[in-house]
Amino acid sequence: MYKVTVGMATCGISAGADKVYKSFETFLKDNKDITLATTGCMGMCYKEPLVEITDGKTVYLYGDVDEKKAQKIVESHLKNNTPVDEFIVLKDYKSGAEQQFNERQYKIVLRNCGLIDPDSIEEYEKRDGYKAIRKVLSSMTPDEVIDVVFKSGLRGRGGAGFLTGQKWKFAKSSVADQKYVICNADEGDPGAFMDRSVLEGDPHSVIEGMMICGYAIGASVGYIYCRAEYPLAVRRLKKAIRLLEEKGYLGDNLFGSNFSFRIKLKEGAGAFVCGEETALMQSIEGKRGTPRPRPPYPAVKGLWGKPTNINNVETFANVPWIILNGWEKFAAMGTEKSKGTKVFAIAGKAVRTGLVEVPMGITIRDVVFNVCGGIKDGKKFKAVQMGGPSGGCIPESLADTQIDYEQITKTGAIMGSGGLVVMDETTCMVEMARFFLNFTQLESCGKCTSCRIGTLRMLEILERIVEGKGKEDDIDRLVEMGEYIKKTSQCGLGQTAPNPVLTTIKYFRDEYEAHIREKRCPAHSCGALVKFSIIPEKCTGCMICARQCPANCISGEKKKPHVIDQSKCTRCGKCFTVCNFDAILKD
Amino acid sequence: MQTIPESKFFERETIEHTLNDPSQVIPLLQKVQEKEGYVPEKAIEEISEITGVSVSNIFSVITFYKQFRLRPPGKYMIRVCDGTACHVNDARTLLDILNDELKLEGTDTTEDGLFTVMPVACLGCCSLAPVIMINEDTHGKLTPQKLRKIIKEYQKKGKETN
Repeated sequence: MYKVTVGMATCGISAGADKVYKSFETFLKDNKDITLATTGCMGMCYKEPLVEITDGKTVYLYGDVDEKKAQKIVESHLKNNTPVDEFIVLKDYKSGAEQQFNERQYKIVLRNCGLIDPDSIEEYEKRDGYKAIRKVLSSMTPDEVIDVVFKSGLRGRGGAGFLTGQKWKFAKSSVADQKYVICNADEGDPGAFMDRSVLEGDPHSVIEGMMICGYAIGASVGYIYCRAEYPLAVRRLKKAIRLLEEKGYLGDNLFGSNFSFRIKLKEGAGAFVCGEETALMQSIEGKRGTPRPRPPYPAVKGLWGKPTNINNVETFANVPWIILNGWEKFAAMGTEKSKGTKVFAIAGKAVRTGLVEVPMGITIRDVVFNVCGGIKDGKKFKAVQMGGPSGGCIPESLADTQIDYEQITKTGAIMGSGGLVVMDETTCMVEMARFFLNFTQLESCGKCTSCRIGTLRMLEILERIVEGKGKEDDIDRLVEMGEYIKKTSQCGLGQTAPNPVLTTIKYFRDEYEAHIREKRCPAHSCGALVKFSIIPEKCTGCMICARQCPANCISGEKKKPHVIDQSKCTRCGKCFTVCNFDAILKD
Repeated sequence: MQTIPESKFFERETIEHTLNDPSQVIPLLQKVQEKEGYVPEKAIEEISEITGVSVSNIFSVITFYKQFRLRPPGKYMIRVCDGTACHVNDARTLLDILNDELKLEGTDTTEDGLFTVMPVACLGCCSLAPVIMINEDTHGKLTPQKLRKIIKEYQKKGKETN
């Protein structure tokens, strides 16, 4: 009796998981012995679509499955009991081609992701779901709950790393007729998708965490503020809330106690700054999402002026586990001040990209080389970028830094919410800094002058540097302005926006200097500073580049290789974009 | 008891639930945009009447959030991902190609109303970078050639169905 499970998170679906699911459905429609199910993110994005087959004893995980492979798997594995070894990436999560990916991981937050059907309360309950809230309601006082969370050492996983227990204590001590719990699911860093995967793969763990928080601080209403760009997560949350209301797990007098809790879902409307807690509350109230000064902190005066506790998705997902397993077990993991685990979304030039959860205290090198299998195409590891547009770059020379809030802050980067981009020798650090600053510049809400105008002036300088028009004192000016913006902006967006620039100047000043003084991009990446030439073996002489070249510097006969006149080339890159045969070399 | 305002865009039940509630401005805007593809001027007036928030304040909310459009979009909405992973995999080239092929000069929608091109921060399928989304379909691991082929297909499809 087989069970076939297809990973259907956003990344799986975009890789074609829905087509794979449909082919299994067609193949198996007359076969009542085989169950077909779906699940959330299994973490191995680089092998999507993923299909898991189990016979009750052994678990086989197939990767890179398409409709053709699906057919073969049905024929061989399901009908003739012979697993297709060549497509298997993991066997029993222990052996197989990709076992190294899982070896160093420890799953608390992702404990159910990729294992259960996210739409099913029953499957969540089978894996100890809603046991923590029952335990809390039947045998613990709110103070005891806060004490456990405090002692576990859990810190805010949204990036700032404030002690969660402390935050709850503040919210509990505020006296009011109404308090709120907010789950910040406005994950906005480009390239980060940890929270989306948790919401899509295991929404109930987040909801249970919110309930426990509601009981601890004395709140009866919770809000989940979710990014509208995550339609699947929104759909799953809506369904989860509806099912819980029907089952009586949300509403009045829950689990035989006098505790009442309701959850409302609010969709964001596309503003990065709404990840800042005061801006987020403005947005829930229906206004423009501009931050306000703190204090008063939300724990005193939050949503509609009432005491409010805001935590991020990953923080809440940790809470039920801590309640059930004890703070001691959580605190035993990690470093002196950073406990438990951290989820990272790995992107960029690593061999294995995807979602990983590692214990705190592991080194960056360990993550890049052991978990992620090193750098693609045998290139050289250059740096990692942590914390997205608010974070910074950590160079290879500091790769032995531990994953720990304080140690990472020391490098100039931040822990951040979990975006980790791996960069190799072909990534230009100046361009990377420009990319992130361009992002924060567009997302600045415009309230503080230094953030609104300062980031624009910094961006202009970076743009001229990557175009080869940088001036000698540009680096010093960037540093001066960056420090100034950090000191004079009101919210986290402005206070951290210069970080990508400042850290790349700190560790890769030579690359900035090469752009400015030698008009050279060491990574061969900046269009204006590279040389374009035609590879004769690949050129078919179709003449498309010659016709489109605005400088008229490409010549050659029809059906014969063309050449670029370097003295006239303006390095606009047009030929590179129009060529249909990959015959233009960018160097 | 306040009378329920007449509405072209919202059902009576929706209006009853949102009457005089300023926090419903964003959900109502989202509702209109989902139905119409953009926020028409008339809808702003209606939302103002329903929630009691002034037209100018609603306008300021619309322009603050990237999700809202004040003009109708093309038949095919092309979202070009410029998240970190796509960016390091040359998403800018894709955008250049689209601007070029669709002859977009400073506007986001083609003259024939077939395409709207919108760069977005992250579509969240980083392992498929570079990625674009055309309406609900994701196209990943793109190269300039693949992209040109996809555009041609949609151009053909769009003209046939028009």
